[in-house]
Amino acid sequence: MSELYKVSSNPHIRSKVTISGLMLAVIIALMPAAGFGIYNFGSRALVVILVTVGSTVATEVLFGLYRKKMTVTDLSAVVTGLLLALNLPVTIPLWMAVLGGVFAILVVKLLFGGLGQNFMNPALGARCFLLLSFPGAMTAFDCDAYSGATPLAALKAGEQVNVLDMFTGRVSGTIGETSVLALLAGACLLLALGVIDLRIPGSYIATFTLFVILFGGRGTEPAYLAAQLSGGGLMLGAFFMATDYVTRPITVKGQYVFGVILGLLTGIFRIFGPGAEGVSYAIILGNLLVPLIEKYTKPKAFGYRKGGKRLEREK
Amino acid sequence: MAKLTFLGGIHPYDGKDLSKDKPISDVTPGGVLVYPLSQHIGAPAEAIVAKGDRVLVGQKIADAGGFVSVPIHASVSGTVKGIEPRRVATGDMVTSIVVENDGLYEETEFCPPGKGLDELGREEIINAIREAGIVGMGGAGFPTHVKLSPKEPDKIEYVIANCAECEPYLTSDYRRMLEDTEKLVGGLKVILKLFPNARGILAVEDNKPDCIARLRQATQEDGRISVKALKTKYPQGGERQLIYAVTDRRINSKMLPADVGCVVNNVDTIVAIYRAVTEGRPLMERIVTVTGDAVVNPANFRVRIGTGYDEILAAAGGFKGEPEKIICGGPMMGFAMFGLNVPSTKTATALLALSKDQVSAMEPGPCINCGRCVEVCPGRIIPSRLADYAAHFDEDGFVENYGMECCECGCCSFVCPARRPLTQQIKSMRKLQLAKRKK
Repeated sequence: MSELYKVSSNPHIRSKVTISGLMLAVIIALMPAAGFGIYNFGSRALVVILVTVGSTVATEVLFGLYRKKMTVTDLSAVVTGLLLALNLPVTIPLWMAVLGGVFAILVVKLLFGGLGQNFMNPALGARCFLLLSFPGAMTAFDCDAYSGATPLAALKAGEQVNVLDMFTGRVSGTIGETSVLALLAGACLLLALGVIDLRIPGSYIATFTLFVILFGGRGTEPAYLAAQLSGGGLMLGAFFMATDYVTRPITVKGQYVFGVILGLLTGIFRIFGPGAEGVSYAIILGNLLVPLIEKYTKPKAFGYRKGGKRLEREK
Repeated sequence: MAKLTFLGGIHPYDGKDLSKDKPISDVTPGGVLVYPLSQHIGAPAEAIVAKGDRVLVGQKIADAGGFVSVPIHASVSGTVKGIEPRRVATGDMVTSIVVENDGLYEETEFCPPGKGLDELGREEIINAIREAGIVGMGGAGFPTHVKLSPKEPDKIEYVIANCAECEPYLTSDYRRMLEDTEKLVGGLKVILKLFPNARGILAVEDNKPDCIARLRQATQEDGRISVKALKTKYPQGGERQLIYAVTDRRINSKMLPADVGCVVNNVDTIVAIYRAVTEGRPLMERIVTVTGDAVVNPANFRVRIGTGYDEILAAAGGFKGEPEKIICGGPMMGFAMFGLNVPSTKTATALLALSKDQVSAMEPGPCINCGRCVEVCPGRIIPSRLADYAAHFDEDGFVENYGMECCECGCCSFVCPARRPLTQQIKSMRKLQLAKRKK
């Protein structure tokens, strides 16, 4: 034949959505929370964010140079760095932030095979690593702007909290978790763009609410429920970390199961555990259960009955 | 009841505006026409002419090579130059009858039945369809007389005319519906004659309101036929998706539409049935959409089957610029062609020329488990995992996880943000498994 054109298997067209595009959407969606964190805690919050993101990106670049495969352009390291920073207290020593960034990218992600292969959320893995290694620095929420306990700790101690302040975020906590308003604004963007859906956040928050009503000891008292929902890392975790593609089940049913498990675990950790917070550990534990969840929520193909038997002709 | 849509699916750029308003026009074939003996599913046809024979338009030049096979007819008059292996659109070499066109288009004598549809018996209709060499013209090429001969014709409840045309860019069925409305409805009536207990349904995607209106008008007198407007979504015209949308019945890969009381035929096929049964004319021509951003004048052509793609393209004004990719069929399920020097066949729905090939321009990345392939898969399977099983050659894992239920529609590859060739991987493994089963 004289002319030869390019040949490939069908389909011959592709959607415009790319991995880096998805990551960029998450980064933009985290901007309100990051911005509010800087406003709330002062310029040191910005320094912590920049240092943490710098460390995750640098780790990804150095590893890329070593393996001769540059993967930093997928922007996932920026997302991990940003999420980790938002999960740190503003007073954290910067070397700890760097250590966390390196741990998240190198140990949790790259050593397990890179993007898509990690079995737990890198940012949360690093946060828990830091929380276990340096419990003092990681829970030191006294800063220039605030002193005293976080609202959740105060709530657990039986004190009164200002729910409106908790919703807007004018309270103490980690850099990015305090403002429910800013987090929801970002979440709405991700929902509108179709980057995430409500399956996991919805079932997570609903289950947690039910758990708190049943076991929180304060029944359906609105102020208490609102404080539980607004406090700690629940909104940040439910919308931005439990929905992490790599570490959540891929099956639709499994995503609901995952959300319910996270809700239960968070409730147990918060109400029966020694600490006031439990979102990070709940999500990490949930991540570890994903293969099991997927195994038992495998969908039936179109045209098959439950139990995997194929539909037969109706007699 | 009917949901008029299905689970999953995608909304790609449809590109139909390029050619939808171009009325069907004729292509003048070149000096030589090529008729591959295998342009349908089943046994190849057997040539019944020899080198040097003179043939007429509509003359049978090859006979069915078995029950699941169909004859082939000349679409021009002229002389048989030879019976030899020729390159076809898929890239294979297939034994073909080569006819030198004398340009006279002298027709053989067609034998219409000489009586009305009401007087025709089942056998006569099926015979006429088989003798006319009709196959599924939506792309699959399954012999139509076989499809219309289920074990228990009385149990067929729905005869569905697949007027969805969900493939992007394609407008050949659209033009057929507008320009040959009566023939389409007439063909559906012929099929309904075979199935006394069936209702006829013309299932059209709702992005073609003009077709819906026209078909409703043409069928308002007929109590057995109705028009259904389906939600526009690819792959609405897939057989399993169409049956589900219209009847709410589900079939899997191991079942036939007849198992749930359905028979599905494509627009062009039904028109061919009408012409075969009422006029005695065999299948010699089809509508081909020539389109894409690299074509000067996108158009819809009535093509004499056997005409070379280069001649069909020339009728559309040729290429503007140098295209990177030429596709036989639509962008989702069509196949890429090496070159244009190949003949059109009974299943050639379109010639699509794209100036940029998106596929070769991108590099597959790692799967991030985003689940988009799961959301869009009309087979409700997990494409990313099946592609993994295929890549690791885990045949048992592939089959156990419903790999054989893939209909190769391409939705998963389309949406994959990592640009992974999911459809291709699954398709290769499926082919292998199907070949093993045949042994």
